[in-house]
Amino acid sequence: MNSISEIIQSWSIIERMLAFFLLAPIAGGVLAGIDRKLSARLQGRYGPPVRQPFFDVLKLFQKERILVNKFQNFPIVLFFLFTVFSGALFFSGASILLAIFSLALAGTFFILGGFSVSSPYSHLGAERELIQMMSYEPMVILVAVGMYQVTGSFTVADIVQHQASLILYLPGVFAGFVYILTIKFRKSPFDLSMSHHAHQELVRGITTEFSGPALGLIEITHWYENVLLLGMVYLFFAFNPWLAIVASLGTYLFEIIIDMNYARFKWQLTFWSSWLFTAVAGVSNIIVLCFLK
Amino acid sequence: MNVLIFLIVFPLVISVLALALPRGLLIKRIIGVIANVVLCAVPIYLLVTYLDKGPAYFHLESHLINNSMLVVEILIAAYIIYISIRAKRYLPVLLVFLQSVIMLSFEFTSGRGMQIEHSLFVDKFSIIMALIVGCIGSAICLYAIGYIPEYHEHYKEVKARPRYFFFLMYLFLSAMFGIVFSNNLMWIYFFWEITTLCSFLLIGYKNDQASQESAFRALIMNLLGGVVFAVGLVYLYHSSQVMELNKLIQLDKGYVLIPAVCIAFAGLVKSAQFPFSSWLTGAMVAPTPVSALLHSSTMVKAGVYIILRVAPVLENTVAAKMLMLIGGVSFLITAFIAISQSNAKKVLAYSTISNLGLIVACAGINTYSAVWAAILLIIFHAVAKSLLFLCVGIIEYKLGSRDIEDMDYLIMRMPKLTAIMMTGMAGMFLAPFGMIIGKLATLKAFVDSNPGMAIILAYGSGATVFFWIKWMGKIISIKHGVFKVMEDRVSRWEWITLGILAISTVAACIGFPLIAFRLVDPFILEVFGKTVIVDPFSVYMILLMMVGLLILLPLGLFFFGFVNKGYKRVGTYLGGANIDDVTFEGAMESSQTIELKNYYLEKFFGENVLFNAGVFISLILLVIMFGVAII
Repeated sequence: MNSISEIIQSWSIIERMLAFFLLAPIAGGVLAGIDRKLSARLQGRYGPPVRQPFFDVLKLFQKERILVNKFQNFPIVLFFLFTVFSGALFFSGASILLAIFSLALAGTFFILGGFSVSSPYSHLGAERELIQMMSYEPMVILVAVGMYQVTGSFTVADIVQHQASLILYLPGVFAGFVYILTIKFRKSPFDLSMSHHAHQELVRGITTEFSGPALGLIEITHWYENVLLLGMVYLFFAFNPWLAIVASLGTYLFEIIIDMNYARFKWQLTFWSSWLFTAVAGVSNIIVLCFLK
Repeated sequence: MNVLIFLIVFPLVISVLALALPRGLLIKRIIGVIANVVLCAVPIYLLVTYLDKGPAYFHLESHLINNSMLVVEILIAAYIIYISIRAKRYLPVLLVFLQSVIMLSFEFTSGRGMQIEHSLFVDKFSIIMALIVGCIGSAICLYAIGYIPEYHEHYKEVKARPRYFFFLMYLFLSAMFGIVFSNNLMWIYFFWEITTLCSFLLIGYKNDQASQESAFRALIMNLLGGVVFAVGLVYLYHSSQVMELNKLIQLDKGYVLIPAVCIAFAGLVKSAQFPFSSWLTGAMVAPTPVSALLHSSTMVKAGVYIILRVAPVLENTVAAKMLMLIGGVSFLITAFIAISQSNAKKVLAYSTISNLGLIVACAGINTYSAVWAAILLIIFHAVAKSLLFLCVGIIEYKLGSRDIEDMDYLIMRMPKLTAIMMTGMAGMFLAPFGMIIGKLATLKAFVDSNPGMAIILAYGSGATVFFWIKWMGKIISIKHGVFKVMEDRVSRWEWITLGILAISTVAACIGFPLIAFRLVDPFILEVFGKTVIVDPFSVYMILLMMVGLLILLPLGLFFFGFVNKGYKRVGTYLGGANIDDVTFEGAMESSQTIELKNYYLEKFFGENVLFNAGVFISLILLVIMFGVAII
C-alpha cells in the first residue's frame, strides 16, 4: 500500500487530475451499485446487480431529449464541469478551501438549474437544496479549519502527509462531517430536495424537469462528488492508508444504514439540527484545539 | 503633493460648477464626463508615480487653510442647527453645539500654537482608496446624469433640484479624497464632518416624511460619532501634543488608547456597524446613486478606512478584541437578517453591513494577514456592491417595485441587465470572484489568530450563500413564451456605468494577483515588515476558473441558444392537465394557477429579534471597549 501512495505522489498534478477524472466515475458508480444492492438486502429484496447504475446512466443517455426551456441543461453542464474540477483540485493536492468553494460554485449551478425551469416542484426542490446547502456549509468550512489547526496547512498534499492521526485531534469535527455527509450523499433523513425513491411529496424535487442525458449527467456528477467527499473522509485517517480506505468505505456503509433507518425530516428540523450538531461537535472541537495549542 | 491637492480641490470645483451653471445645458454634461475621466485618470497617475515608492509625507503651510476650515466648520454647524430647529429636532442641535464648543475652545486655546509637520501624505492604502473613490465614485456620478431626470418623472411631487444634487455628490467625493490623503487629524476630522453633512442632505433629498426621518437618524448617529471623534482629538493633543496620524500610530500605546478608541468609535458609526446599523438601512429611501455612493466608495468605506488606520494602536488590547467582536457580531447577524428580507435594497444594505463587519473584525485582529484580507475585501466589495445598487435602481423603475418577489422572469424582460446583475451577485459571494478570494484570506487570518472568529465566518458564509442564490434563482427563472423586453428605455449613461462596473468586477478578479502583489503587499510590508505568502498554484487555479467561466458562459449560451436543436419542448409538470405554463386543470375541473415564491425563513431569521439582539450585544461590547480604554 505504501508503494501505491508513493507512486501517486510521484505523479505530476496533471496526471493526478486525469486519474481522478477517469477513475472517479467508475468508483462512484460501483459505490452506487453496492449501495443499491445493500439497501435491497436490508429490505429483504434481492436487488439489482452492482453494475446496474452504469446501465441506467447509459440508458438515460439514449433517451429522447425533452426540455421545458432550451437553456435548462446549461447549468447542469456547468454543475458537472465544476464538480469534476473541484475533485481534480482536491486529488491533485491543492488547497482544500479552494476545492470546497469550487464545489459550492458547482452546487450553485445545480440550484440555479432547478430555479431556471420555473416548475413548482423543481422550484421547491431548489429552495430545499438551498436550505441543505446552508445547513452543511458551516461544517464543511470547519473541517478545513480543523485540519488547518492540526497540520498548519490548507493544502491537501500537506494534510495527507501529516504524520499524526487527524482523527484523534478532530473526533468532533469528524462526527459533524459525517452528520452533514448524509445531506451531501442525498440520503434519508436529509433527502429533501430530490430523492431516488419512487414518489415523494415533491415528485422528483429539483430534478423534476430534467430527463434523459441531463439526468444521466446529474447522476455522474453525483458519483464524482461522492468520491471527492470520501476523499475528505480519507484525510482524517491519512496516517495509515489502509485504515483510511476502510474508514472511508465504512463511512459510506454507515450512511446507507442511516438511510435505511430514518424517515425523511422536514426542512426545519434538517436545518436547525445540522447547525446545532455542527456547533456541538465541530465548534466545540475547534475551541478545545485552540486551548490545546 | 500637487496631485493630492488637485484631487481634493478638483471635485470641489466641479461641485461648485454644478451648482452655479444653469440647468439643462449641454456643456454641463460634457463637464461631467470630463470630470469623471479626470477623476479616474488622476488616481491611476498617482498609482503609477508611487508604484515603487514608499509612503510620502508633505508639509503644507496651513494657517490660511486652517482658518478657512474653521470658518466652514462654523458655517456647517450653523446650517445644521438651522435645519434641525426648522424640523423641530433638538438632538442634532445639542450634538452640533457640543461638537462646536469642543472644537472651538480647542482651536482658540491650544490649537493656535499647534505645529503640524506633515499635513498630507500618500501611501499604497491611500492610493487604493483614491482609486475606489475616483473610479467608482465618478462612475456613479455618470449614472446619476441619466438617472435623476427619470427619478423626477417617477416622483413628480419631489422638487427637482439636480444642481443641488450633483453639488453634493461631487462635494462628497472631494471630502473622501480629503480623508484618505490627510495626515493632519484636524483635517481628517473636517472632511469627516463634511461627509456627514453630505450624506444627511443626500438621504433627505426626497424631502418627505420617511426620508427626513432617515436623514435625521443618519445625522444624529454620525454627529455622535463626530463628537466622540472630537473628544478623542482634544484628549490626544493634551496628552501627547500630537495631531498627526503617522505620529499617533508610533506613540506609546498607554497614552493613545483613548483617542484611538474614540476614532474607532467614529469609524464604527460611519461604517454602520451594530449598534449603529439602522442609519444605513434607513438610507435606502435616497435616490439610488446616493445609496450606491454611500455603500461602495464613500461613507462606509471612510469608516473602515479610519479604523484600519488606527488599528495598530489598539494591537493586543482588550479594546481590539471588542472591535473584532463587534465586527464579527455585525457580520453574522446582518447576514442572517438579509435572509428574511425581500426588499432588494434592504438585502443589499444588510449585505454591506455584513461585509464591513468582516473588515472591522480584520482590523480588530490586525495581523498582517488580516489587514491584507481587509484591504482586498474593501476593493472587491466596492466594485460589486455599487454595480448591484445601480442595477436595482433601474429595475425599480422598470418594474415599479424593488421587491425581489416581483422580479420573476427578469432574465426574459431585461436580459442584459440580468446578466450584469448576475455578475455583480457572483462577485459578492461565488468562487472565483473577488469577495470569495477576500473571504479565503480572511478565513486564514482568522484561523491563525483566533479560530473562534473562523466559526462565525463559517456560519455567516452559509447564510450569505442562501440569500444570494435565492435571489439569483428568482431573476433567472424562465417561462416559456415571449415577454416584452423592457430595457430599451434605459439611458445610455446608465448602460455605460453598468458596463464599466461589470467589467471592473471581472477585471478585479483576473487582476487580483496584480492588485495583491503590487499594491497591497508593499503596504503590508511597510506596516508589518512581512506579508502574506500566497500559494501560486491556488492563484493559477482561481484564474483558470475565472477564464474558464469567461469562455464557457458565452459559448454555452450561444450553443444552447442557437446551435442545439434536437429536442422536444414540453410544459412544466404541474400535477394536473396543463392549461398553460402557470395554470393547470386540477380536481373537479377547477383551474389552478401557480405562483413561485422564495423562502424567507422568518421564524429563524426574523429581523426584529435579531436586530435587537445585535444592538444589545454590541452595546455591551462598546461599553467594554471604552471601559478598558479609560482604565
